Amino acid sequence: MTNADFIYTTYIKSTPEKVWAAITNPEFTRQYWGHDNISDWKKGSDWKHADGKGGSARIIGKVLESNPPKRLVLTWADPADTADDSKVTFEIDTVQDLVRLNVIHGDFKPGSVMATKVVIGWPLVLSSMKSLLETGKAIDIMALKQCGSATVKETAA
Amino acid sequence: MVTHDDKVFKALADASRRQLLDRLRKKNGLTLSELCDGHDMSRQAVTKHLVLLEEANLVTTAKQGREKLHYLNPVPINEIYTRWIGKFERKQVQALHNLKQALEESNDD
Repeated sequence: MTNADFIYTTYIKSTPEKVWAAITNPEFTRQYWGHDNISDWKKGSDWKHADGKGGSARIIGKVLESNPPKRLVLTWADPADTADDSKVTFEIDTVQDLVRLNVIHGDFKPGSVMATKVVIGWPLVLSSMKSLLETGKAIDIMALKQCGSATVKETAA
Repeated sequence: MVTHDDKVFKALADASRRQLLDRLRKKNGLTLSELCDGHDMSRQAVTKHLVLLEEANLVTTAKQGREKLHYLNPVPINEIYTRWIGKFERKQVQALHNLKQALEESNDD
């Protein structure tokens, strides 16, 4: 059982198959998440969240469980700090005519730096995925992510 | 017709419910009893507020054994944010927010 630190839920007008593809198909993830999710998504395989066209990996891990289009469990770490790893579970189910996507992120190491980053990242990624699946248009997530680094100094300049 | 946005704004339009969200932001995954601790509200009142927060998808719950744990879910708030703040304004809004925070923190010294 995952020791859940964060659970993010979003309801999307879509199908479980499309939501599964939105997580596992780099053509999709590039549009709303900014980078490619690459793996064969089989249990035991490696996966990575990487810059397109064979670029460097931002997040790496293993596929722990894979049950398309319902459940995907991954380990999650910055390649520069693999000791600070954690676990992400994607749960996809339907509620009436909507798909409910739960992203459960947990099993962080004590004092995890990654834990402080994902609290900013997940709400953006999930809003952007919902927007892409429902309207065909994603949010400009890279512009949003830069906001976090905007500083008071920049305002003064 | 009550839209999902209506539910989010209604849920946020109450100081006690905002306080419950603040509690979860500080410490996620609390039980009902933990959320009741240190509150003047009755257990029934907290339960009622949590139902509204859950319906607005601002709180997500998970079962752990016999316990029900409550998690802050900021995704609907992010949707509202991206709806009204254009991509070119975000940096300026964030910078102003940071400035306000820095100024208010220095007041506390």
